Amino acid sequence: MSEFKSNNAVIKWIEYRMPIFSFLDDAIGRGYPTPRNLNYWWNFGSLAGVALVIMIATGIVLAMQYTPHATMAFDSIERIMRDVNYGWLLRYVHSNGGSFFFLVVYIHIFRGLYYGSYKEPRELLWILGVVILLLMMATAFMGYVLPWGQMSFWAATVITNLFSAIPVFGDQIVTWLWGGFSVANPTLNRFFSLHYLLPFVIVGVVVLHIWALHRFGSNNPIGIDAKGPQDKIPFHPYYTIKDAFGFGVFFIAFAAVIFYAPNLFGEPDNYVEANPLATPAHIVPEWYFLPYYAILRAIPNKLLGVVAMFGSILIYFVLPWIDRSPVRSARFRPIYKQFFWIFVADCVLLGYVGANPPEGQFLLIGRLATAYYFLHFVIVFLLSYLERPRPLPSSISEPVLKGGGAAAGAAAKPMEKV
Amino acid sequence: MKKLLTVAAAVLAFGTGAAQAAEGTALPEYHWSFNGIFGTFERPELQRGFQVYREVCSACHGLRLVAFRDLAALGYSADAIKALAADYTFKDGPNDQGEMYEREGRPSDHFPSPFPNEKAAAFANGGSAPPDLSLMAKARKGGPDYVRALLMGFEEAPAESHIPEGLHYNIYFPGHQIAMPPPLSADAVEYSDGTPATVEQMATDVAAFLMWAAEPTLEQRKEMGIKVLIFLLVFTGVLYAAKRKIWSDLH
Amino acid sequence: MADSASPGHSGDGETRRDFLFLAAGALGVVGTVAAVWPLIDSMNPAADVRALSSTELDLSPVEVGQRITVTWRGKPIYVDHRPQKEIDAARSVNIDELRDPQADEDRVQKAEWLIVIGICTHLGCLPKGQKVGDPRGEWGGWFCPCHGSHYDTSGRIRKGPAPLNLHVPPYEYLDDTLVRIG
Repeated sequence: MSEFKSNNAVIKWIEYRMPIFSFLDDAIGRGYPTPRNLNYWWNFGSLAGVALVIMIATGIVLAMQYTPHATMAFDSIERIMRDVNYGWLLRYVHSNGGSFFFLVVYIHIFRGLYYGSYKEPRELLWILGVVILLLMMATAFMGYVLPWGQMSFWAATVITNLFSAIPVFGDQIVTWLWGGFSVANPTLNRFFSLHYLLPFVIVGVVVLHIWALHRFGSNNPIGIDAKGPQDKIPFHPYYTIKDAFGFGVFFIAFAAVIFYAPNLFGEPDNYVEANPLATPAHIVPEWYFLPYYAILRAIPNKLLGVVAMFGSILIYFVLPWIDRSPVRSARFRPIYKQFFWIFVADCVLLGYVGANPPEGQFLLIGRLATAYYFLHFVIVFLLSYLERPRPLPSSISEPVLKGGGAAAGAAAKPMEKV
Repeated sequence: MKKLLTVAAAVLAFGTGAAQAAEGTALPEYHWSFNGIFGTFERPELQRGFQVYREVCSACHGLRLVAFRDLAALGYSADAIKALAADYTFKDGPNDQGEMYEREGRPSDHFPSPFPNEKAAAFANGGSAPPDLSLMAKARKGGPDYVRALLMGFEEAPAESHIPEGLHYNIYFPGHQIAMPPPLSADAVEYSDGTPATVEQMATDVAAFLMWAAEPTLEQRKEMGIKVLIFLLVFTGVLYAAKRKIWSDLH
Repeated sequence: MADSASPGHSGDGETRRDFLFLAAGALGVVGTVAAVWPLIDSMNPAADVRALSSTELDLSPVEVGQRITVTWRGKPIYVDHRPQKEIDAARSVNIDELRDPQADEDRVQKAEWLIVIGICTHLGCLPKGQKVGDPRGEWGGWFCPCHGSHYDTSGRIRKGPAPLNLHVPPYEYLDDTLVRIG
């Protein structure tokens, strides 16, 4: 039963007929108890939500001015930049917003990896998150094609060509994707349609993601379930204000890029209109795809390269079953913690390799880094059994250790909502 | 925390664009008036650059994304722009007889390309079409620095290199062999403000003009940026204080 | 249920706290409005559309008695080089009898040139009368075939369902034969 109460007649009238106020209060208000010890790494979920809203708002308004035809797309975007009121601002917010969205989501994911947020009972929450990531990647890929610059065209060509690696039906699938015999106007048109659609699918999955989250509430930095009301505080006002502050910091960084380095994450080649008869010297995807690009190119076989690339993300679906340690948080897993940071370094290294041509030393490093990427999950599996974790504190409110140390089997029963 | 900063630094190092592969020589640095947080264009420089474009570059290179009316930002009056536009003729129509006809340019028209299409441009230029310059300052790594350096970078080919007929040696062009012959020579243009028209001066002026042509809203962007950042710094500060206030009873 | 743990200060601390929250809220509103405005303003006419918001028209090739149609902001403009007969007909009318009372002198800057927007004020059809052989209605002006509105030689509604006279666009003469519309 919600504890929401109001003296306002209008609110009471609506609430009686459609209990939205108590619903919101229980979701993000005073009626949603949250662990009291969340640190700033827990801001990145709400930041991702903000980024999604910004992308949709700017995207809808940009779509009013954009023309999704191969002969007019490039010029329509330049018209937005030059003639549309605040067009330059909307375009830069949208293009850089995509980068910031991925940045925020990647940090959000690494937070999950560090603190074991994917573990029981939050496996489905985690899986929904991976689904969101995949939808984001599809959306971003198609969005990048829309300006119809050189990189737009050639990235589309390279990535859609990958599907020809699928045995038996590969070529038919690629023709079907293209709507023709190469990336051309039919491809652009359908990418525009899907690019407009997928963000709303993402919204739907985000709703499920939050629903799953609210079933058990947030994980917390020490990874121990709340034992009672003393371990929790109402989401409002504590985390609403903390999230608001987080938004402020995010917007400062975002504004610094939009206003003073709007082409920082971009490729100069994309300011050249697409030319199917001239391939750029270096085809590079946006930075957030670089690690997967490196994995793809590390493997000399086309099909296996594609399998490895998709595998590098799909493996996250089964992470809750690979990592079997009953201890959630890396704070109490000293060996896992080391490997976590090595994994982060490996991802960064893969990104660096992806930005460079697959030649010479980059080829070797890329292959080693790719091998290590997958090896990490083997290590994580082994650590489940081999690692001796630090003793866990008895509760969130009393993080100071009490004598003999709690058992390592502290992955308790799911807490009822307190 | 230290680990975090190392990671962040590494990410930024590669995340900011394509490979730092050693193509082309390092560009000479130049401080543009439009660099930095408070950067603005200098109208006289843009006007000189426009003169260079019109008298030298427009013979081969189009500027199709720029409209004549946009030149108001350079300080030209509405009448001057009207007169300038009227110097050009454009095909229009069909008229009531169903025929295409020629008419004078209007401020709303865009700069024309010197060739009717890409193939004609390539055919007239030994196989390589001179690219439109509207976005050149953003379409090459190094931006306006690259454009300026390129225009100053034509030199005698070193003895051991063999430059095929129709190509020219340029220090900064990737691969060092560019189809464009050196476009600038001393006093190629007579500046109306009396500035000596050295190759370096013209290269600098036209590069600045092309930066404006590529991003005419640069000044509005930077100006808005200052206001937005100041607002955000204040706002975030207030939010932090509010956060500390609200959390104070817990600690 | 969780502790509601609401901050409980009194007096000075409370007013300072309230000010802080008020400031945060006010800045938030200002910031949100400022952020939303570009989204809305981007839907207003862009610079290239605004550049086409006026058209210059050379009247010298239009002979007496000739009517031409030009486009302005996507709308048809009817230009009538009126012979004296039409001008007299337009001026010999009792203004009070008109559905939309307006003197001809108020609808033209030079008597021999009538410039009106060629869109029927009833439901938006284009009235006939511009081409030789077109029906001109009972008052020799224009006739709208959609629902039978008749306009006179000043473009005023005389019969039929249209409520208002044909609209006169803003225009000015740049010289004797050059007019800028809009």
